Parts: sequence; C-alpha cells; structure tokens
Amino acid sequence: MRDYTIFIPEFVAAGGAVLIIALELIWPRIRRDILATLTVLVSLGWIGASLAYIGMGDNNFQGLIQVDNFTTFFRILAGGIIAVVAIMSATYMRDRAKTASEYYGLLLVAGIGMVYMAAARELITAYISLELLSFSLYILVGYLKRDALSSEASLKYILLGAFSSAFLLYGISLIYGITQTTYYDGIADALLARSGDTDAAAVVGFMLILTGVGFKVSAAPFHMWAPDAYEGAPIPITAFLSTLSKAAGFALILRLFTSAIQVDAVEWRWAVALLSAATMVVGNLMAIQQTNLKRLVAYSSIGQVGYMLVVVAAIGYGDPEVGRDASSALLLHIVGYVVSTLALFTAITAIYNRTGDDSIPGLRGLAETQPFLALVIVVSLFSFAGLPFFAGFATKLFMFQSSTTDGLLWLIALAVVNSFVSLYYYLMILRQMYLFDPPEGAARWRLNPVMWCMGAALIGATIAIGVYPGPFFEAAAHATEPLYQQGADLLVQR
Amino acid sequence: MDYDEAQGYVVLSTLCMPLLAALIILFIPGSKKMAIRYVSLIAATAMLGLSIYIFTAYQVAGAGIQMELQWPWVENVGFLGEDGITLHLGVDGISALLVLLNGIVSFAATIVSWKIDFRPKDFFILFWVLVGGVYGTFFSFDLFFWFFFYELAVVPLYLLIGVWGSTRKEYGAMKLTLMLVGGSVLIWIGIFAVFHEANIGTFSLPALYEAAENGAFSTNFQRTFFPFFVVGCGVLAALWPFHTWSPDGHMSAPTAVSMVHAGVLMKLGAFGIIRLGIQLLPEGAAFWMPGLMVLGVIGAVYGATAALTQRDFKLISGYSSVSHMGYVIMGLATMNDVGVTGAVLQMFSHGVMTALVFLLIGALYDQAHTRDLKDYGGIAKIMPAWVVFYTVAGLANVGLPGLSGFTAEFHIFVGTFHSYPLFGGLAIFAAALAAGYMLRMFSIVFFGPTNPRWADLKDLRPLEAMGAVTLLAAIVLMGVWWAPFTDRVAATVTHLPGVIGIA
Repeated sequence: MRDYTIFIPEFVAAGGAVLIIALELIWPRIRRDILATLTVLVSLGWIGASLAYIGMGDNNFQGLIQVDNFTTFFRILAGGIIAVVAIMSATYMRDRAKTASEYYGLLLVAGIGMVYMAAARELITAYISLELLSFSLYILVGYLKRDALSSEASLKYILLGAFSSAFLLYGISLIYGITQTTYYDGIADALLARSGDTDAAAVVGFMLILTGVGFKVSAAPFHMWAPDAYEGAPIPITAFLSTLSKAAGFALILRLFTSAIQVDAVEWRWAVALLSAATMVVGNLMAIQQTNLKRLVAYSSIGQVGYMLVVVAAIGYGDPEVGRDASSALLLHIVGYVVSTLALFTAITAIYNRTGDDSIPGLRGLAETQPFLALVIVVSLFSFAGLPFFAGFATKLFMFQSSTTDGLLWLIALAVVNSFVSLYYYLMILRQMYLFDPPEGAARWRLNPVMWCMGAALIGATIAIGVYPGPFFEAAAHATEPLYQQGADLLVQR
Repeated sequence: MDYDEAQGYVVLSTLCMPLLAALIILFIPGSKKMAIRYVSLIAATAMLGLSIYIFTAYQVAGAGIQMELQWPWVENVGFLGEDGITLHLGVDGISALLVLLNGIVSFAATIVSWKIDFRPKDFFILFWVLVGGVYGTFFSFDLFFWFFFYELAVVPLYLLIGVWGSTRKEYGAMKLTLMLVGGSVLIWIGIFAVFHEANIGTFSLPALYEAAENGAFSTNFQRTFFPFFVVGCGVLAALWPFHTWSPDGHMSAPTAVSMVHAGVLMKLGAFGIIRLGIQLLPEGAAFWMPGLMVLGVIGAVYGATAALTQRDFKLISGYSSVSHMGYVIMGLATMNDVGVTGAVLQMFSHGVMTALVFLLIGALYDQAHTRDLKDYGGIAKIMPAWVVFYTVAGLANVGLPGLSGFTAEFHIFVGTFHSYPLFGGLAIFAAALAAGYMLRMFSIVFFGPTNPRWADLKDLRPLEAMGAVTLLAAIVLMGVWWAPFTDRVAATVTHLPGVIGIA
C-alpha cells in the first residue's frame, strides 16, 4: 500500500530545510538568528505533526518503512535534539561562519536520516537512511572550513565512515545471499529455516553488520574517528554527534536486532557482549587521560555506548520478555543521556563563546565566575556517572537491572565498575570548577538569557527523569511494544 | 486519616525538611548570609523536634515497621511489576534510634556551622542534601529509594571536604569519595543480583524479605552475594581493611562535616549490613558472620592501637572511630539479640560522642590553627568548659558507667562472650587501649605546663556550648536511663531472621 500520509512529518522537516537554504540564497544578508529560530520552529512543527501518529498501528509503506510508536519516539527525539542544537548554534555560528543556511538545513536533513533508520524494515532502506545521516554529518563536522582542525576532522570522519559503510554493505550482501531477501521479516523467516551449512556465512555477515553499525555508534575498537571528529567539529555539532548520531545508531540496531536477526542470536550475541565490554573499558580508561573537554566527552560517550550495548547483548541472551524490557529501558536511558549531554554542551558552548577555551583547566574557578554554568556541568556529569537525583541514576539502574540475565552478570558487574571509574574523571572536572580559584582578573559574567533558560530547562528535565522516571519509562515501553509484537509472532513460529 | 497514616506524614515531612531547606537556600542570594543561616537553624530545629517525636512515638509493643507511608512511584512498566518502585517510608526500632541520632547531630552541626563565612550558601545546600540522604536511607523500605538516598548521602562529601576542608583536603576528599562510591558499586551489583534472583518484579524490601523467607534465594546465592552487601556497606562503616579513607577524610573535613560524617554517615554502613545483609540474606549472614567477627576485632584493636601513637587530634578521633565501628561490627557478628542490640546502641552512642569530640576539636582549631597535641599543654586552666565537655566525651568513649558508651559496649561484650568467648577478651583489651589513648591525650593537652602561646584562647562560645550541651544530654541520658533505647531496639532485633535470643 502506498500511503504517503505517513511521511507528512518529514515533509514538514524537509520542506523547512529547503526553505531555510533557499532563504539565504534569495536574501543573503538575512540575520543568522532568524535562520536558527526558523529551524527551531520547523522542528517543533515536526514534533507536533508526529504526535498525530501515536498509537496508530499498522502504518507501513510497502513493507519498507513502518511508522509506529517506535518511529514516533525517534521523531520526537530528533525534533527535540535539533531544536536544542539550533538554539545552541545561534551565537556560535554567527561569530564563526559566513553562511549558515546549509548548516541549519543539514541539521534537519540529518534528523530525517535518523528517523528513517528507526523506521526502516528493509536493509537497503536502512542503509540509505544511515548514509543520509552520515553525509549530513560529514559536511557539518567540516563546516568551519577555515579552521584546519575542523577540516581534518571531517576528512578523517569521511574516510573511516566510508570504510565502515563498505563493511556494512558487505554484511548486508552476505545476509542477502543466505536469505534471498532484504526485508527484516523475510530475513527472520529465512534464517529460521536455513540449514547448518550456511553457518559460516551467517556469522561473517552478522560480524560485518556489527562492525558497520559499531563504527556509527563509535564502539571500540571502531571508535578511532570519534575523538578527532568531536574535537574538530563546531561545538554544537559535537553535541549533535554525541546525541543524535548515537541515538540513530541504536534505533537501527534495535529494529534490526530484535526482528530480523533475533532468531540467530546464538551466532552474534557473544560478539556484542565482547564489543560492549571492550567499548566501556576503552572509553573510560582513555577518558581519564584527556585534557581537552571535547575529547574527554568523546571518550566518556564511548563508555556510555558500552553501557548501551549491554542491552543489545541482553536481547541476544535473554528471552523476548527480557529483550522487550531491556529495550524499553535502553530508550529511557537514551533520553536521559541525550538530555544530560545537551545540558553539558549548552554550558560548554556558552563558556567557549565567552572565553574561546575548551580545555579542562580552562574551567578553573567557574563556580566563582559563572556559578550557574558550573551547576549545569555538575548536573550533567553526575547524571553520566549515575548519581541520584539525576537522570543517569534511574535510567542506568533500570537498564542494567532489566538486562540482568544469568549469562550476563559479569558484563553488568563490569559496567557498574566502569561507571565508578568514570566518576573519577568527572570529579577532576568538578575539582577545576569548585576547588580552585579563577585565574587572575577573571570577573563574574552574565549569561545570555536564552542560554540560561535552555540550561535550566535541560537540568530540570535531567532531574525530572532522575526523580520521577515513571512517565518517561512508560513512554519508552510503549515505543518498544511494536518491536516485540513482531517478535512475539516469530516466537510462536519457532 | 487514621493515626498511623498521619504519622506516616510526619516521617515524610522529616524526610522533606532538609531537601526543602536546600531548595529554599538555593533561591536565596549568596550575599544574604544571615538569611541562609536562619533558614538552616529553623530547619534543623524542626528536624530535631520531628526526630524526637518519631523516636518517642515508636511503640515498643507493636515492634515491626510503624508510621508507614506507601506511595506507588513506578509500576507495571518494563521489568517492574506490581509495586515495582514505591516510596515506602517507615521506621522500625533500629531506624527510630538512628533517626533520633541524625536529628541531634545535624542540629548540633548546624549551629556550629554558623561561623562559616566562605560561600555559606553552597555549604548549607550540600549539607542539607547530605542530611536528607541520611534520613531517606533510614526511612526507606524500598531498595531503589534506599540506594538512591544512600548514594545521595555520599556524593556531597566530595565538595564539602574539598572546598571547606583543611589539611590535604583534595587528597582526603578524592580518596574518601572514590572509596565510598567504590563500595556502593558492590551494593549495586548485589541489588541487581537480588532483584533478578527473587524475580518478583518489585524493589519493595518487605516483599523481598518475604521472598527470602520463602526460599527465593538459594544457600549458594546467599553465600555469594552477602559479601557484596557487607563489604559495600562496610566501606562506609570503616570495616577493617576498608577503613583507610576514614582517618584521612576526618582529618580533612570541616567541623560540621566531620560531625555528621563520623556521627551519622558511618552508621549508614552498619545499618546497611543489617537491612541488606542480615535481613535479606540470613543464610549468607550465618555463613560469613564468624569472618566478620574477626574483621571487627581486628578493627577494634587496630584502631585503638593506631590512636595511641597519633599526634593530631582529628587522627586520634578518626582511629578511635575505626575502633568503635569495629565494636559495632562485632556486635552484629554475634548474631544474638544482646550483641546486635548493643551494636545498634553503639551506633547511637558513638554517633553523639564523636560528634561532640569533633565539635570541640573544631572549636579549638578555629582559634589555634594547629591540631598537634605537642603544641598544647595546660588547656584546662584556659578553657575549663571545653575541657569538661571533652573529658565527658572521652570517658564515654572509654565506656565509663553512667555514660552512653557503657550501655552500648556492655551489651556488645555480653553478646560476644556468649557467642565467641575468645574475641570477647580481645574486645575488652581494645577497651583498655581506648583508656590508654584518651588518658594520654588528656595528660598532654589538658594538664602539664601551660604554653603561653595559648593564653588568649577563648572558651566555648554560646552557640558551640549549645551544640555541645545537646550532644552531652544524649550521652548522659543513654548512660543513665537506657530502657527507652534498649526496648525499642531489642523489640526489632529479636525479630531479625537468624538472630538467636539469649537475654
């Protein structure tokens, strides 16, 4: 059935993107702030349009794309992230780039890529959506073209990204070779029926797919691009990379791993568990040594990806009930992580706009010069570390608890130990801000009211999720339901 | 609204009071220092009143959990079933006593913090969050919230010590935070395992206790995971060999933080051993308790021995805390009603006594800026009131009859002699060492030749005296009329799983 109405929210977003780019072409001297405001309005419109699809059951387009609660969840998330990043970018980009329309347009396009990664129920569609996201990000990372670091980051990101796409495609082709189809449902049926002589091809196919998506979410040992890209990119884009691009990776993984290849979990689950273990250890140990704030966040977010992969391992090891509960906890965790990360980057951007310094010692004495931003940073870091009152406490506890299966207890224990290690380097940042006096001549400064409101709203959300996670968790559970309705059907077949 | 429900709201308001105080102070400009202090004082007084009310209103005859309040928080979603997470507040005999302790100590700590002039706003916000975390841990009968508040009580310490502390404060703060959070990692793993093993989809502690009674946890499981809870909580309780943060942390901490920390926070650890260890995994407790007894005795003797040779006031108190917490561990390890009751009494006794000692050390240090014993001499002539208070606290520390230390230690020794006669002897030896280090300090500091350098030291100021009197009253009351204390605790202790009656 060709039902084009299910794409209306993305028509809004894409139309907005085109409009924003066209505006600057027609009217080159338009104020950049207007473009940022327009982006915010478009993404709010996008969210508004998506709300109409909540609870709508069977909305699929030719079996390629499915609009269900899961997709709606990521539509709302994408709209929210883009709105926040656009506000964050307003001052930053005005000071640093000659043109800005492509920048804001591409934010929206990247968001569309993420939504279809979540919605795709067919491998080629998923791949194209992923590339849409990646290409937008390549450009955004290198957007400050006069800045050598930015260009270098973009080049590294493109080269390694292309490399990983090749892995992914090769994996897809092997799976296609075994199953004769690229549709997730068809793959599941074919894998269920396959004979033992395709084991080797299946394992290699799964590993290649895992490598490909592992690159995208920057799981170790495929994480090398992340610190450089994070450091070189404009700061709001670093925020974008560590929220939207990771969430998108997990959207794709969840849809793919819970439906198409769930039946063959025995062949890939050990690799996911190892990947998860390696990622959290590497991320956290490397983060300890960093002196640049953006690089530190890059490694710390690699560590966070390690925790999130625990859920994917649990999907492989547990029964569908464990998988469903763990996936909904993962969605909740992603929301908490995204909100905390955006809060952190709001603060970093505001500080960078003021001081032009993004090193950790540059935060020295922030509690005296700008106590509000120091508070925002503390809240987000404590949320990452999983301390109470903040999102990370509840979401991590839920995520690890629901992933606890007999075979994975060691991984859960490792994750908890790692989140303890992470507290050390978060405290080192805290130490700079609170324990040391500001440098000579640094005076208290006022924060732009827009940034103040956004920071306050984001820490408010972080605390709300941490203290009263119920409604958020329910929303996440509703979003994962459709994944496992299909999963339950498969279970009956098995 | 019936009586019990109304009392539940008393418990809820006691929990909310410190958090509310923190919130109010957050919105007071930092320059209005007096306003911040008055808000804190009002909150502290209200909390003291509420704590005394909760303690007296706890009915010995009823035993069990009283003043309950249960609100659903998150349920029937994801892995959580019916009553998945509930805000389940209440007190039993053990927590009633510890709540009283928290009320008294935080009141005294607030009034001695009056003189803090460096960023008092931030100080009091963090301080009240810490106190709120402590109340929450004592009140919670839900594993999620228990752990939530337990962590909440630990986290503010880093900044409280790092910013307002003295003597190697950065080192002390980092070491303390990392060790304590490291301990909670173990608790966290234990919680995952217990929830998964019980498989009833709820964090409610009474429900988990019931599951434990019905054999949800196999013997092997209990033996494997009991150490996770005991070592995890034991770090906070300064269980030897995980005590090393304690002397450093106490040395670096500002007065009020030392008071609350040594006075109440360390008790959270021992309380956790009861709540999570003994109540949740009784077979594991039965298996591991002899080992814990050994660690407790080593702690008691080691702490006392180390205190004998220290020259810093705070280090003496730090090591004596290790020693006294060793007694608490011993009392718990006896697993008989007298010993465990003694352990809980000792938590209270050590709490008020140590808080008083740290208050006095703070009062001296703020004027003299040295804590080296050798710098002092003949202080009795210059600060008579100070010396009287210190002597009483010190004698309570040694276990003089008529003061709280005696009541508590007597119970512990009786319990220990009953179950482990040999260790009982060693414990008495540690008590003798305590007399040694206390008297040594008295003789060096209080008496001897007067150092002219200290001629203009002032005696206790009214606020400090007020705090000291509050604490002293608790010490004497428990020493002289211990029935209200022992009755409440014993009523609950006898119902703990695995605890045998010898009284």
